[in-house]
Amino acid sequence: MTTLSREETDALIAEVLEVYPEKAKKDRTKHLASNDVTIEQSKKCITSNRKSLPGVMTIRGCAYAGSKGVVWGPIKDMIHISHGPVGCGQYSRAGRRNYYVGTTGVDTFGTMNFTSDFQEKDIVFGGDKKLAKLIEEVEQLFPLHKGISVQSECPIGLIGDDIESVSKKASAALGKPVVPVRCEGFRGVSQSLGHHIANDAIRDWVLDKRDGQAFESTPYDVAIIGDYNIGGDAWATRILLEEMGLRVVAQWSGDGTIAEMMNTPKVKLNLLHCYRSMNYISRHMEEKYGIPYMEYNFFGPTKIVESCRKIAAFFDDTVKEKTEAMIARYQVMMDAIIAKYKPRLQGKKVMLYVGGLRPRHVIGAYEDLGMEVIGTGYEFAHNDDYDRTIKEMGDATLLYDDVTGFELEEFVKRLKPDMVGSGIKEKYIFQKMGIPLRQMHSWDYSGPYHGYDGFAIFARDMDIALSNPTFKNLVPPWKKVAEEEVKKAA
Amino acid sequence: MANIMIRQGEKGLIFYLPKRDLEASIESIEFDTADKWGGELKLDNGGSYYIDPIAKPPRLPISLRAKRLGAAED
Repeated sequence: MTTLSREETDALIAEVLEVYPEKAKKDRTKHLASNDVTIEQSKKCITSNRKSLPGVMTIRGCAYAGSKGVVWGPIKDMIHISHGPVGCGQYSRAGRRNYYVGTTGVDTFGTMNFTSDFQEKDIVFGGDKKLAKLIEEVEQLFPLHKGISVQSECPIGLIGDDIESVSKKASAALGKPVVPVRCEGFRGVSQSLGHHIANDAIRDWVLDKRDGQAFESTPYDVAIIGDYNIGGDAWATRILLEEMGLRVVAQWSGDGTIAEMMNTPKVKLNLLHCYRSMNYISRHMEEKYGIPYMEYNFFGPTKIVESCRKIAAFFDDTVKEKTEAMIARYQVMMDAIIAKYKPRLQGKKVMLYVGGLRPRHVIGAYEDLGMEVIGTGYEFAHNDDYDRTIKEMGDATLLYDDVTGFELEEFVKRLKPDMVGSGIKEKYIFQKMGIPLRQMHSWDYSGPYHGYDGFAIFARDMDIALSNPTFKNLVPPWKKVAEEEVKKAA
Repeated sequence: MANIMIRQGEKGLIFYLPKRDLEASIESIEFDTADKWGGELKLDNGGSYYIDPIAKPPRLPISLRAKRLGAAED
């Protein structure tokens, strides 16, 4: 499969959209584009963050998923109550593999599911009393928790429960923070608004609670923002930052605690990995506390070196020296990995379709392995994400925003990539089509992928997926014989 | 009226509208002196907003109220 020219890419988009009715076609055309690296602004070529078209198979999540699943969920020493019917919490429980240290059920609660399990009578008569009782029970059963967050599911907003007043009363009674989060699933067009709501809740209920308190700070204090410790990502990041001579005060929010979050306003620099889900709080801290934030990318050696130098430039020379020493030390290990895997992976083509950040962040890592990303898109990105993506991607490659199941399938059929990186919902479709897929939301149950140690695992995983002999044996032997006969006859 | 935030970017001022998660660079600002700062903001996405002129803020970012003059076409 050769790389397509711009005309071919545009023709492909037009061809795939052919099956839609006129109106749907018009809408979807805006979300699909061939990349033009000369464009500064993504809105000239692609529309994003719009309501999904009714009737298509979108792969998006909801605001509750963005708040409970992404931002709040990983805070390990808090209890996150899924307030509403039981399903939302139960079916997303522990699915994201946000690793943490602690004894689950005693002082940490990351993989547990707490729900108010709404019944018909709670919908009719309101669930506030149930919530108050639930918080009381939680306090009795798990006295070592450091706080509670109430994550609203759809019915809470629909019936108009006053979770704020319940939370305030409970917070006063317990002497611990109880945070109501208005992240009903129906809000917004995707999980992205859930991130925003969650960030705003942290801003209003958590962030300023230790302002004015004494804190022993150093000039090297930083916070890791937007790293959810999937498969241990934040740990792989943290050891590098510590080797650079920085002190990591807080991890937001993978393996993080509420105390860390309250201490974050004391740091010197916020390091922002997942821009999409945590830029809101970073912007707030920049304004209120004057803490600058810096986006960085810890996927693949090229980007790690680039990011580490950028971070070190913010600090004094000792940090810069340590950073160079660290880079030099790890370079040997990186060279060995690239020497081992590059010949096996060279020239392979990848199509990505994940959340709001990873597609553009992992491009560098694939390129380090000699692989090429030929198509990329986001479930819930905004224009600023595409602004940043356009520069990373090759010219005339395919961009798809909020792609539908049908479109993604068609694109993969036509472009024939060697591998697809997407979510679990796409995994089995493509594997049955004979294309290896890595589930890039939670690293296909592997990881970490961040940092130097993560890159070793990333390279190995990509090799495992691509070199899997299964995909050569998808055609059963009796059909193979028939195929050969047809060939001979022809 | 909408709440907006203006921050200093690498190349110039950056406009941010939290309500719509819209980030755009500011192409021109009407008044840019120490005691009068603000007025009409022209954005690179084609939109324009008006903020009441104030004394130049000592530190960016700053949150302000802005009036929409012309929205960027979607």
